[in-house]
Amino acid sequence: MQTVFSIAVDALAYGMVLFVISIGLSVTMGLMRVVNLAHGAFAMIGGYIASYAARDLGLGYAVAVLLAVVGTVLIAIPVERFLYRRIYGAPELTQVLMTIGITFCIIGIANFAFGPTLKTIPLPEALRGSVDLGFRSIATHRLFAIVCGLVVAAALWVLIERTAFGIKLRAAVDNAAMAAALGVRTEIIYAVSFAVAIGLAAFGGVVGAELLPVEPYYALRYMVTFLVVVSVGGAGSIPGALMACLLLGAIDTTGRYLAPEYGEFFFYLAVIVIVILFPRGLAGRFK
Amino acid sequence: MNDGPLFEVKNLQKNFGGLSVTDNVSLSLVPGDRLALIGPNGAGKTTFVNLVTGNLAPNSGSVHLAGQDVTRSSAMQRVRLGLVRSFQVTRLFYDMTPEEHVALAVLQREGRSGRMIGQFRSMPTVMDEAREILHLLGLLELSQFKVREIAYGQQRLLEIALAMALRPKVLLLDEPAAGVPQSETARIEHALDKLPADLAVMMIEHDMDLVFRFAKRVIVLAAGTVIFDGSPQDVTQDARVREAYLGSYANASSAA
Amino acid sequence: MAVTMHDPMTADKTRRRTITGSLIGIAAIIIVGVIGYFLFPNNLALLTRIIAIALLVLSIDLVTGYCGVATLGHAALFGAGAYAAGIAAAHYGITDPVLMTLIGALAGALAGLVSGLIILRAHGLPQLVLSIAVIHLFHEAANKASSWTGGSDGLSGIAPDALLGLFEFDLWGRTAYVYGLFLLVVVVILLQVLVRSPFGMLARGVREDPLRISAMGASVKSVLIRMYVISGVVAGIGGALNAISTQVVGLDSLSFTLSAEALVMLVLGGTGSLYGALVGTVTFLWFEDVVSAANPFHWLTMVGALLIAVVLFAPKGLYGTAAHLLGRIGGERR
Repeated sequence: MQTVFSIAVDALAYGMVLFVISIGLSVTMGLMRVVNLAHGAFAMIGGYIASYAARDLGLGYAVAVLLAVVGTVLIAIPVERFLYRRIYGAPELTQVLMTIGITFCIIGIANFAFGPTLKTIPLPEALRGSVDLGFRSIATHRLFAIVCGLVVAAALWVLIERTAFGIKLRAAVDNAAMAAALGVRTEIIYAVSFAVAIGLAAFGGVVGAELLPVEPYYALRYMVTFLVVVSVGGAGSIPGALMACLLLGAIDTTGRYLAPEYGEFFFYLAVIVIVILFPRGLAGRFK
Repeated sequence: MNDGPLFEVKNLQKNFGGLSVTDNVSLSLVPGDRLALIGPNGAGKTTFVNLVTGNLAPNSGSVHLAGQDVTRSSAMQRVRLGLVRSFQVTRLFYDMTPEEHVALAVLQREGRSGRMIGQFRSMPTVMDEAREILHLLGLLELSQFKVREIAYGQQRLLEIALAMALRPKVLLLDEPAAGVPQSETARIEHALDKLPADLAVMMIEHDMDLVFRFAKRVIVLAAGTVIFDGSPQDVTQDARVREAYLGSYANASSAA
Repeated sequence: MAVTMHDPMTADKTRRRTITGSLIGIAAIIIVGVIGYFLFPNNLALLTRIIAIALLVLSIDLVTGYCGVATLGHAALFGAGAYAAGIAAAHYGITDPVLMTLIGALAGALAGLVSGLIILRAHGLPQLVLSIAVIHLFHEAANKASSWTGGSDGLSGIAPDALLGLFEFDLWGRTAYVYGLFLLVVVVILLQVLVRSPFGMLARGVREDPLRISAMGASVKSVLIRMYVISGVVAGIGGALNAISTQVVGLDSLSFTLSAEALVMLVLGGTGSLYGALVGTVTFLWFEDVVSAANPFHWLTMVGALLIAVVLFAPKGLYGTAAHLLGRIGGERR
């Protein structure tokens, strides 16, 4: 019973971290139709900035999170401007190669600048220890990750369903040419979405650092995981991404607990089965 | 078994949600038929083509080819049984030459397209047939150019050449003159005259001049149902056809 | 008739031109191979590795360049060949190098069939995800089955017999290199026949417009599966060659990184041409050897930058761009 509970908490926390990082990827892929393999690299940059700020500069956790998000977005802006813009609408293979190239570069630079070791982000007092729920206690940090995921999901839901920006965004995801013809300035939508997506990735990279440790090969190690979320959830769908994250989080965590010697074998097997069963994603919007 | 019509559609029905896009359509073709399927925009012509070729599955009704029920057969199987289509928007291999296109179609028809050794250029029967078809359609001079380098009208002719190379029993031409300048439709028409006499042809077309010159029989589709089936001479006189066309135009202009 | 008089000649000319082109290409491979042998006698192991990887890159070219399927999991086919040849030698005592090569080719074909059946179930992003999942699945399976594969320690104890009973696999890797060069030449000749055959033309058609291919009555799926199997044979031979020459098989031969790097090599050289695949492999691995010897930290950065540069400035790859420029300098080809 204790194991089931631990698995459930870990799975939920892991799923929520996945959600925070990949939801931006899902929205931008739905919007700009770019197969972006470098998304995880931006989450990793966020992790490195936060680690540097909190551990080396001794700044507070909240400041570190803020710096990570702002810093990563600032780094991403020229990358978007000079590299991503060239591949909007290009064939898939071109997009794959360009974004793998970006990933390799970021890994190489991170390796050079910070070395190959794991980087920790010291947690503030309030997030250490555990919370007593009455019948069980769970690690505060796990709870924090879960709450962050829920807050992000709720905030995105409000942004997309309840604001004028959201209406334009949904129109552009549905049919960019039509939205443009109706006077939606799609380039602004693209730029804002890209910035939000990168910011969320960085945020997720920091919050999830306990579960997805920050090291140079982070970008490559979790590349597939993030892509799978989008592919399984369906690009551009928030409920789809949420479902996919929870499902994949559950499968991965259960596998680690019950059959650790198989590594990620069952995770990838599940991915194959899910993608084959739902080629258009759980929410069925991906084309 | 082959006593019935060569090609037959029985009570074909397709609904999208609550809307019947193809509503109880029946028709049949015999060898040598030259049928034009016309109808105002939104009449369900494209859906009908997709149902017939097997790219869409009907809700009910059946499609028969040479006495065989092909309702459940895939698009590819129908082609192999002799039901060939051309595309409304040209679909060709832009990096390949017309000669390669037609040779590939000939090889495919003969079941030799899976051969992994030899070249079609050293297969005299394939080359002769490919060149004959290209010659017939006036494409021989262009046979070594890449398709991306030749004019759109010539690409449309190559679509017809491909269909001929597959030697179909029933040929479905989806707007063969679409996108071709008025000055060049004569060449398309000329090409259509070269189609084998015993082939059953169903053409979907907007260009009424072409319809009147080509078709011996016209079917009018409106709102998913057949409202006229008869000779080209009678079609313009038919009250329901006039209503379908003029009525829909009147509605369209008031809506706009 | 003038038409019929004229035609067989053009056809003949085209055919003769392609045959001449093939012969020049094969001669170039052999000449470069022989020069490499005498120029780098102490580095034959690297040259043999280049040949083995070149077979993997050729194999990717068959599905990506000729059929248009983007895959990031192709090392599965290479690794299957390597492990099969290695296991045959280490566990079953099948140490004849030619037999090991055949076993590698067979295992590669099987892996090609399996991964083809999986990957071709989807299109676009899901297809890419499936290809990545396949390579990870193979990797994890090989890691788990350590009693067969040696797990993360690698599979050792591979001691191939003398080639044809005459040529021992020596310390300097001379025999392995000559055998590799021979395999490469044979494979390139066969692939040249393949890509010019009716089937090769059908595959190009699938790349350009699958819907048109099925409207001609051909099965797109069947073309792709067959190509995947052939591609598996080629990659499997490469894997077996690597197992024979290095006498160990590591998990890196079944890795995502190898899959991605091999795709990079292909694009660097140029997709859709056999020589592009070869040029890309040689350039990339030579570059890797030089750079990683000088500064291993910057290797990935350089690969990334190289990749971005190719995408931006030479989307046809080195060979493709060069061929294009030469074609323009030489005026109209026709």
